[in-house]
Amino acid sequence: MDLADLLEIKEKELRTRKPIRLRCCLAAGCMSSNGQAVKDSLDKAVQEAGLADEVEVRGVGCMRLCCEGPLVAVDPAGILYQKVAPEDAASIVAALKGGETQVSRGDLNHPFFTKQMSIVLENSGEIDPERIESYIAADGYQALNDALVEMEPKEVIDAILKSGLRGRGGAGYPTGLKWATVAKMQSPKKYVICNADEGDPGAFMDRSVLESDPHRLLEGMAIAAYAVGADQGFIYVRAEYPLAISRLQTAIKQAKQHGLLGSGVLEAAFTFNVEIRIGAGAFVCGEETALMASIEGERGTPRPRPPFPAERGLYASPTLINNVETFANVPSIVRKGAEWFAGIGTEKSKGTKVFALAGKITNTGLIEVPMGTSLRTIVEEMGAGAPDGNQVKAVQTGGPSGGCVPASELDTPVDYESLQQLGSIMGSGGMIVMDQTTNMVDVARFFMDFCMDESCGKCIPCRAGTVQLHALLDRILRRQATARDLGLLEELCDLVKHTSLCGLGQTAPNPVLSTLRFFRNEYLELLQPEIGAPAGPGNAPKPDANPTR
Amino acid sequence: MPVRTLTIDGKPVSAVEGQTVLDAAQDAGITIPTLCHLDGVSDVGACRLCLVEVTGVSRLLPACVTKVTEGMEVRTESERLKRYRRMILELLFAERNHVCAVCVSNGRCELQNLAVAQGMDHVRFAYRFPPYEVDITHRMFGMDHNRCVLCSRCVRVCWFIEGAATKNVAGRGAGARIITDLSQPWGKSETCTSCGKCVQACPTGAKFHKGSTVAEMERDRSRLEFIVTAREKKQWIV
Amino acid sequence: MDRLTFATVWLGGCSGCHMSFLDLDEWLVDLADMVEVVYSPIVDRKEYPENVAVCLIEGAVANEDNLEQVKLIRARTRLLVSFGDCAVTGNVTAMRNPLRTAEPVLQRAYLDTANLRPRIPQARGIVPPLLDQVLPVHEVVPVDSFLPGCPPPADRIRTLLQDVIAGKGSLLSGENIRFG
Repeated sequence: MDLADLLEIKEKELRTRKPIRLRCCLAAGCMSSNGQAVKDSLDKAVQEAGLADEVEVRGVGCMRLCCEGPLVAVDPAGILYQKVAPEDAASIVAALKGGETQVSRGDLNHPFFTKQMSIVLENSGEIDPERIESYIAADGYQALNDALVEMEPKEVIDAILKSGLRGRGGAGYPTGLKWATVAKMQSPKKYVICNADEGDPGAFMDRSVLESDPHRLLEGMAIAAYAVGADQGFIYVRAEYPLAISRLQTAIKQAKQHGLLGSGVLEAAFTFNVEIRIGAGAFVCGEETALMASIEGERGTPRPRPPFPAERGLYASPTLINNVETFANVPSIVRKGAEWFAGIGTEKSKGTKVFALAGKITNTGLIEVPMGTSLRTIVEEMGAGAPDGNQVKAVQTGGPSGGCVPASELDTPVDYESLQQLGSIMGSGGMIVMDQTTNMVDVARFFMDFCMDESCGKCIPCRAGTVQLHALLDRILRRQATARDLGLLEELCDLVKHTSLCGLGQTAPNPVLSTLRFFRNEYLELLQPEIGAPAGPGNAPKPDANPTR
Repeated sequence: MPVRTLTIDGKPVSAVEGQTVLDAAQDAGITIPTLCHLDGVSDVGACRLCLVEVTGVSRLLPACVTKVTEGMEVRTESERLKRYRRMILELLFAERNHVCAVCVSNGRCELQNLAVAQGMDHVRFAYRFPPYEVDITHRMFGMDHNRCVLCSRCVRVCWFIEGAATKNVAGRGAGARIITDLSQPWGKSETCTSCGKCVQACPTGAKFHKGSTVAEMERDRSRLEFIVTAREKKQWIV
Repeated sequence: MDRLTFATVWLGGCSGCHMSFLDLDEWLVDLADMVEVVYSPIVDRKEYPENVAVCLIEGAVANEDNLEQVKLIRARTRLLVSFGDCAVTGNVTAMRNPLRTAEPVLQRAYLDTANLRPRIPQARGIVPPLLDQVLPVHEVVPVDSFLPGCPPPADRIRTLLQDVIAGKGSLLSGENIRFG
């Protein structure tokens, strides 16, 4: 397999494409509302209508407006059918030839679609994630070829550095810098790991990428491996993503068969093998040191850093760990150039970010927008605000590590620094919208419940601190707490944030701190008066002039 | 061996490259509180009591796993550290059932001593009172989960000194607990060599010699030191 | 000289702390010159008076009567001292808490182990019902000072009282805060 072969596959794929295409979403969202049956009945309807020669029905990845699924798109007519039932198939096929259908159509001119900019999701909903030819037809693996044939590893790293790409897993560490560190390490063995242990409540960006465009991830990882000098990769996926796992397995198999993984990739002197490791349901295994321990078959608990994975990672070898979305950006950067990428976004946050819009919002689904887009644009224009005429009260970003941005701050642009200033974080891309019916103390307790449940138990501040934070929040919500308890809550947040061993504990207090910052009144309203007035420690009472007898 | 000079609490200290801040402080006679640390086994940085402030580093660093560097300025005492240490101890006391008055380790307990040293005169958090069992199935030793602080010292001596790998941690979060083999009664263990190192390593009353009653559980750390010295310095203490 | 009004209270505990208090021996005579004992298990007074300067409170909050009493005491006391481990931590009194409710405790004490006429005492107004969970005093009301120990040794009690009477503060330190 070389470039000529790639181009041949691409050409054949495009040549055999039929004039009319029905794209059926077969990602987890639409699948859960019977998407597979919709596709099967469309297949059947096309056969029955005798249109098999000019109409093809393709299973594709996520088409983003998940709340309206199952979705079916029609090319080249540019129609998006929503909430399609298997029974609708005949009428949809009839409509291709001038017939009528009652199936509701999505408004593709809505800001939800028009304000999106696709890099990571460019193939999502377009290609068949289970066919490598479909990816190759969309210029897939050409970036890997460019890198292997035309670039030195150092040039690849320079391109990533210049692009300004930062880690999409949440912390926003410059990706190129991480790559450069691993590349510098002298070691006979190095590893590349993709962190696909997406676990934030309400986050499903990475799942969509895995289900919709798995080869993009493999290509990104292969380019990274070439750049840092690794020959073995692992994808750590949570077990709760069976569809993503099965598509990844298919993709790996196809890539090996096509000489795009394994030894002599694209006929270059480059070997790269990828294996999947399936998580066993621990959120903390998204933390890189815990993730590596888990891959090694150890208990998934974090260890102190340094040493950082780049120096001493998996099996004590230098290891590059990036998140799914980070790797998914790489092929586009290599193919279209660092300058192109650096031209998108803000000064310090380049490119786009994928968000999973969920909660009290009209348009639930997946969006990809340039960095710097305001929360207002995302929530009010694209998401069309809260349903049922309710008012948006706050937006939660960054999952259990993040915070709540109040409606008054919706003009904040989404970039790493701006969100941090508000006490939240970009996080991996979960965005949960809340309306005025939401109690913010309850929100804080929800996230604390999550962290308490997911703490690995190794360090005390996180293990026991989250339990006590949860108990204090619970006490406040039961209207049994006093100002003393609120003070203790704040003191404990400070402890857990600054003394926990890993990111899980260090960020666990964030939902409490940010709701205290912007919605303190909701806490104060629940407090009860203290019984009796203490003299206060150290205040010995004065002798009584007239003691009671 | 390259030497590094640093200051700890303003005191100039010389240390060997590769030494931890905790080691260097100990050599200089400066006490940093610890709980999960045990001489001779690898450190895990879990209890967070040994966190110290280092000039130029915004985060607090665990002294047990932080290596000395040239010119490092370390502070082991501050109002903030004191507050944190006290609160960590409060969390521990509230987490399980530490009833000092009826504990085998009363008066000889590292957790109790730490509370005294850090000025913890009461616990502000709600006691959790989890229901825990006492495993007295072993012929010689007992394990009282009520007193366990999950420091994992017993696990580490079992794995890395005795090499039996009998003890381990199961579960997660507040539900984490020390187990024997695949979570079976200690007395049923086929891997336990009954060496008693875990009992010597335990900082609280969680692991004890059967038959010891309140305040009677004396530990003999020299039994561990003997092996550690032999391993590390190739010297046999007679 | 005016004397401090002084009280001691016995809630859910074994009275060992009060025994230790009596171990102050001859210093009790000195103490009597400095404080006016207005309420105590060793004083014949039925109701806790208003405006008490210092109160040592032994025992945990274990029943409904304790709960009401501790609130009343807090409202009428300026310096409230948790006296002994049961007041400070719950200690032995709270060892039934992992059972979650009072029911299994009563079952064990009055039914399972009874030889004659097994019966759970139920006499509202006479026998106060147990709380499901035993609480240290400061989980119910704010406490100003902690005097741990099971029991606190007499000289520890003396140290605290001397400091309080001399107006030097009410916080113990060092070995004087050791539990157990």
